[in-house]
Amino acid sequence: MRITEIKPYKKWFDIDLKGLWRYRDLYYMYVRRDIVTQYKQTILGPLWYVIQPLFTTIMYMFVFGGLAGISTDGAPQPLFYMAGIVLWGYFSQCFNVSSDVFGANANVFGKVYFPRLVVPLSGITSNLLKMLIQLGMFIIIYVYYAMTLPAGTLRVDISLLLFPVLIFLIAMHGMSWGLIISSMTTKYRDMKFLIQFGIQLFMYATPVIYPLSAAPEKYRDIIALNPLTPIFEAFKYSCLGCGTLDWSGLLYSTVFMCITLFLSVLVFSRTERNFMDTV
Amino acid sequence: MSNIAIEFENVGKMYRLGRVGTGTLSHDLNRWWTTNILRKEDPYLKIGETNDRSKKGHSDYVWALHDISFKVEQGDVVGIIGKNGAGKSTLLKLLSRITSPTTGSIRYQGRIASLLEVGTGFHPEMTGRENIYMNGSIMGMTKKEITRKLDEIVDFAGVERYLDTPVKRYSSGMTVRLGFAVAAFLEPEILVVDEVLTVGDAEFQKKAIGKMKDVSQGSGRTVLFVSHNMASVRTLCNQGVVLKNGCVDYIGTADKCVDYYTEQSLMSGDSFDFANRNTSHKRAFISGFDFTDELGNAQTSFSFSDTLSCKLTVQSKEDFNVTARITLFDVNHSRVMAFDSQDVSSVFPVKKGSESVITCKVHEPLNIKPGRYSVNVSVRQGNELLDHIENVSYIDVKEEDFYGYGRFSVGDMPICLRHHTWAI
Repeated sequence: MRITEIKPYKKWFDIDLKGLWRYRDLYYMYVRRDIVTQYKQTILGPLWYVIQPLFTTIMYMFVFGGLAGISTDGAPQPLFYMAGIVLWGYFSQCFNVSSDVFGANANVFGKVYFPRLVVPLSGITSNLLKMLIQLGMFIIIYVYYAMTLPAGTLRVDISLLLFPVLIFLIAMHGMSWGLIISSMTTKYRDMKFLIQFGIQLFMYATPVIYPLSAAPEKYRDIIALNPLTPIFEAFKYSCLGCGTLDWSGLLYSTVFMCITLFLSVLVFSRTERNFMDTV
Repeated sequence: MSNIAIEFENVGKMYRLGRVGTGTLSHDLNRWWTTNILRKEDPYLKIGETNDRSKKGHSDYVWALHDISFKVEQGDVVGIIGKNGAGKSTLLKLLSRITSPTTGSIRYQGRIASLLEVGTGFHPEMTGRENIYMNGSIMGMTKKEITRKLDEIVDFAGVERYLDTPVKRYSSGMTVRLGFAVAAFLEPEILVVDEVLTVGDAEFQKKAIGKMKDVSQGSGRTVLFVSHNMASVRTLCNQGVVLKNGCVDYIGTADKCVDYYTEQSLMSGDSFDFANRNTSHKRAFISGFDFTDELGNAQTSFSFSDTLSCKLTVQSKEDFNVTARITLFDVNHSRVMAFDSQDVSSVFPVKKGSESVITCKVHEPLNIKPGRYSVNVSVRQGNELLDHIENVSYIDVKEEDFYGYGRFSVGDMPICLRHHTWAI
């Protein structure tokens, strides 16, 4: 029989990966619950997943494309904005579910122990599904443009095969930043207020609604420091033909992700032990 | 630790009282500085005081549990008893890893399932079936296990008809039944139960208690059971632990623990503090109560053959016509006797601003089992309760030779004793 010992301070590095694996069914149940319950008692149901980015795209076309006249580097505006919105939406969802994991689940966490990491992991998975539905809408519009525009305007690059990797990077960036924030906000909630609008502002430091090439020269290096930049650029490069495919940038982004992921899981598993006392 | 299922060793848990704010930040910084930079002991660990919720303390830190050490053998059903705030729930929280101890260590063998509150993770929008899966997996079951036991769980809960209805349409009792059923079929090596049995109807309580007995006796599992219901601790448990202000007060068999605890809690009532009672919001209140001998002198110790007398003082801010009621409870908190002046058509007029002494005299001798009995007292006007004090006082019935044949009764005596003769 398994002997468990509960002690006040655990080792500096102690991540319960085995426990996480034992609770894989719970992970599946959480994903299912998120999906099943989100749009219960609505008429449009999962259509809401699509309506949000659609209207945002129209708004951006009007504000950024029309009023501000920001270049989309030759790509059709709806596709350009929608590509950015769908990816950014996924990032911010991953960030949000992870950063609020202690607050939103305090009542369950206060009664039963299970590896808390199950919750953010299932959160990014259920949001992945949502993102894929939105991507379906993107593909439909893409096909429409590909057929109506003169041939060669839209081309699909072989680098589109990188897409799963890009999505994985986005999810992990979102989650690990979120986890760090969640660990910092269980006791002192000040950070929460900073983060809520901080993440909105951060969108403008990422080439979501503008191509990197349209950014002024002096800011371009700063924007390139953002580990999300090469991901967004690579996606737009692979299907819209604008942007750049920056291998060293992607490598930088991956290394950055690995470090923050490691740190975040470390901080998180320290916090989960006692957060009930302070939350 | 072959036979030991759970071992607590010097376990302590400290909490900070008050609010989290800038004050806590300075403490946190100070703690970080002394422990991480100066490499010294945590400065706030020492000043923690024992946890007596009713007394004002000097420190912001308090030991919810302090120096808890005991072992639980496999197959034991351990009742954990104590007053509110004695640390019972904290102990279970530590054991089920919801929060971690400040000092000491806990070791246990096998899987723990806790019924700290049943139905954890139930989502109102999901159906009963979906929630069984959700709740089961939160408790650590795999999907396969749940599927295998689904029929039994549904049967035990008795909600077959509602299985595919969202839980938000369930009655609260049904939700509890479903939650308990899932937990009951977990088959953990250690089961932690925290007063879940207080909800649910009588039929279900019986079922649940039966299930817990099966769990412990049939398959040799260990159960920790927290309850305020002394009768169910007696019937369910074989071992017991009494907690008081965060410390272990008594360890022994369940019966001994219950006796000890009830005696203790009755003792604490012997000095009911009339002087420090806030009576400003009461229109009339009891300002004194004593059991007396025939001459009216205060007395708490009685023989079988004594007749009970008492006097209570009532102060009034208005004119009332009051009735008084006195109720005697035994150690199991069962009502043994009650005397209500209304029953004998005695109504006492009390005048505004006056202090009236009401006396009561019982005509027949006590003739009840030796031991301690606690007393509640109340005064009313008609159906309106004017004042009410629990555990206002107590009486001790002396251990004497009741039948007068030179034999002291041993063992468990019945509550009522009567003189009698036999013949052939």
